[in-house]
Amino acid sequence: MEFTVNGEKREADVEYDMPLLWVLRDELGLKGTKYGCGVAQCGACTVHVDGVAVRSCQLAAGEAEGSDITTIEGLGTPETLHAVQEAWVEHQVAQCGYCQSGQIMQAAALLDQDPEPSDEVIDIVMSGNLCRCGTYPRIRAAVHTAAKKLQEA
Amino acid sequence: MGRLRTIGRRSFLIGSAAVMGGVAFGTYMVQAPHDNPLAKDLAEGSATFNPWVLISPEKITLIAPHADKGQGVSSAQAALIAEELDVEFGQFEVSFGKPDPAYWNHAMSEEGLPFKSTDDRWAVERARATMGGALKVMGMQGTGGSTAMADSFHKLREAGAAARETLKLAASNRTGVPVSELKTANAAVQLPDGTEIKYTELAGEAAQIEPVRFVKLRDPSEWRLIGKPMQRLDILGKSTGTLDYGIDVEIEGMVHATICVNPRQGGVMKGYKENGAREMRGVIDIVEITNGVAVVADNTWRAFQAINAIECDWGDAPYPHEQADHWTAIEDSFVEAQLDDEWRNDGDVDAASGEEITAEYRSPYVAHAPMEPLNAIVQVTDARVDIWTGHQMPIILEQQIAALTEHDVENVHFHNQWIGGSFGHRLELDYIKQAAEIANQMRGTPVKMTYTREEDFAHDFPRHIAMGRASGKVADGKVVSMSLDIAAPSVLGSQMSRVGITVPGADAQIPAGSWNNPYALANFRMRSYRAPELAPVSSWRAVGAPGAGFFFDSFLDELIHAAGADPMEERLRLINHKPSRKVLEEVAALSNWGSEMGENQGRGVAFIESFGAPVAEVIEVTQSDAGIKIDKAFVVADVGTVVDPINFENLVMGGAIFGMGHAMNCEITYSDGMAEQSNYHAHEAMRMYQCPEIVIKGLENGHKIRGMGEPTVPPAAPALGNAIFAATGQRIREMPFHKHIDFV
Ligand code: FES
Ligand code: FES
Repeated sequence: MEFTVNGEKREADVEYDMPLLWVLRDELGLKGTKYGCGVAQCGACTVHVDGVAVRSCQLAAGEAEGSDITTIEGLGTPETLHAVQEAWVEHQVAQCGYCQSGQIMQAAALLDQDPEPSDEVIDIVMSGNLCRCGTYPRIRAAVHTAAKKLQEA
Repeated sequence: MGRLRTIGRRSFLIGSAAVMGGVAFGTYMVQAPHDNPLAKDLAEGSATFNPWVLISPEKITLIAPHADKGQGVSSAQAALIAEELDVEFGQFEVSFGKPDPAYWNHAMSEEGLPFKSTDDRWAVERARATMGGALKVMGMQGTGGSTAMADSFHKLREAGAAARETLKLAASNRTGVPVSELKTANAAVQLPDGTEIKYTELAGEAAQIEPVRFVKLRDPSEWRLIGKPMQRLDILGKSTGTLDYGIDVEIEGMVHATICVNPRQGGVMKGYKENGAREMRGVIDIVEITNGVAVVADNTWRAFQAINAIECDWGDAPYPHEQADHWTAIEDSFVEAQLDDEWRNDGDVDAASGEEITAEYRSPYVAHAPMEPLNAIVQVTDARVDIWTGHQMPIILEQQIAALTEHDVENVHFHNQWIGGSFGHRLELDYIKQAAEIANQMRGTPVKMTYTREEDFAHDFPRHIAMGRASGKVADGKVVSMSLDIAAPSVLGSQMSRVGITVPGADAQIPAGSWNNPYALANFRMRSYRAPELAPVSSWRAVGAPGAGFFFDSFLDELIHAAGADPMEERLRLINHKPSRKVLEEVAALSNWGSEMGENQGRGVAFIESFGAPVAEVIEVTQSDAGIKIDKAFVVADVGTVVDPINFENLVMGGAIFGMGHAMNCEITYSDGMAEQSNYHAHEAMRMYQCPEIVIKGLENGHKIRGMGEPTVPPAAPALGNAIFAATGQRIREMPFHKHIDFV
């Protein structure tokens, strides 16, 4: 199967129903996307598929075939941070950090659709992403900061 | 009853510690430093001054031995060394180091002792020191009990200072300039004429001289780093998906495995049917392990698929199969024969006169469920064992695995990794043993074992269940007496039995967060009863205090309301420990306590001291037709010294959210011997839309530094319950609250 992952053509010899999450992690070596629950409850596995935030534990490889996939590694790098990542660093959101790849991918997709989200919209959209360490207040603040950064850019 | 027996048990605990620490090993052992593990394979031209600082011609490495499970302790430990060493962030690397007795945790002993943390009498401090000595001799390296900062605060600054002075001595030897005229900054020694010699350039010479041992620490007024906001060292990696957790580590030639063990914990596997699992794509092998079976495959998901196909025949659990019977066992434990200790008996609760109130409280089993499902990589060869995972008790880990694979412990090598949350689960060893059992059956091949989230829930050792029976009296608008009996299985007993250690004496965690609260009630009695072992349980963030503290503070609130007093004023009237009083006063000011509230609104306050830190929380809620909404929370905590205000705020908020979320909607219940909750949908805790604005403040009046990983958890549940009562008139005496009221 062929995918475009972070702008590169990648191939994987996997069964149709292997979730994209495990194709990324175990076949393509992209470990930034995390396994948390496997049943669409936590959002740790969130990636963008053709620009839309998707729980990669729920998307069969066969359905993702041919699509354009962005993972946390493709959103920005330590040298060239995406505005959302910049905001996450500034606000020092992460504690254990395990949920944060998913949080960042979800927030980036939100800001794509709604460049100036209200607290209420942030709450609704981000509530699918669990954080066991309780970083929610900082996530909220960081989303607002990222929104400003994107608008100024 | 009681008194004599009580005293006997307490002195036994201290006595046994004294034997271990003072007599059997001699005081010399306690005072002598452990060997420096960094000296063992020191490269040519490199210098090490103590177990925490290593300088080579290329770089400076600081060792941060406390496991980092998200609490930011890696950065905080480095900052303490850097403060005295005069190196800046960016000028050094941080390593978790290797397990070694030199990294014994001297603060970990405190919570095992039957003294209030607010008690600083000489004899008590002496007992703490003795227990610490025992742990040192045993080389108890560990992270837990919110002790990392208490353990590190002096030790690591001293390590930095000693290294700095040794480097100055080396520079003095080279240049002939007396040490007193040398300064240090930015990882270099500065000569009076302004020239600088980098520490890395001095490494070779410094290695030749005996390290300076005793150096006076700088006055807090001179601190550059401590107390100022820091940029955590892991923040970039954690914001870009580039930091590898244990689950992300790859070892050459590695295979992927997962397991299924009897969800009736401790029960045997009577047999299993493979059901074609072996023929499934990617499956390499299916092997038996203790009480279960493992699949080894070429991809994690393929291993998950195969394990789901296998059908196992499970034996019975060694505990009651139904939850109701667990509760019955607790109810039946309020008897003289099961009295564990009497922690407080001031005045005479029976003789006090006034209107009597009684109540019964319950606290459920709760899962740890950190976001990173448990996992471990183990490679066993005939010569050695290597383990890559995150764990909080590295030395015990190496010993246990050595016993399992029958290697000498020197040949077992643990490589600690970044941890995606623990909340106590990574004090347990089962997941590593299971990985080792698989790897031992395929020697040579590194095996990465990953739990499915369902296995993580099924095989958790949850927080223990507990019940509180309370009575008290009120008269003339005041609380005049309070008595609280708490029954629970011993969490320390259960946990330590799995590593073959028997803990003597009463379990201080059963009543933690209740008897130790510094209230001067004239008539005040606290007793703990030890229930039989039920489901295996383990330390959960703040251990005993989330349950016992909930009973204590909620019931105190009941009494205050019955007396017709103000919840804040009456607590302030009763509290008799200065830093604790300050905490309450501050939270009253911060929350504007007493100001008008809207219709259907209510606010509640709770105060609990745990792990030595007094914490007060005020929560405001609104009741609507749809349920309770948490509007705002205020948290004030005294930690003695705030090392990093940003990390402090993170931990305080995280703890309060953890406490509220689990009080709202989390419990583990057993049916047919198995946990009924299998994933986050059934054990959700707090999500973003429920998370209130949280205002926090840190105080520094306490005379010792305290960790903040746990102490803000316990007051959250009673503050929330007390707020719900204020808003609705409904008193909730059982967690999770959603069994009695809806949340929006
Ligand atoms: S792993 Fe996909 S939502 Fe949790
Ligand atoms: S930062 Fe730990 S789960 Fe979110």
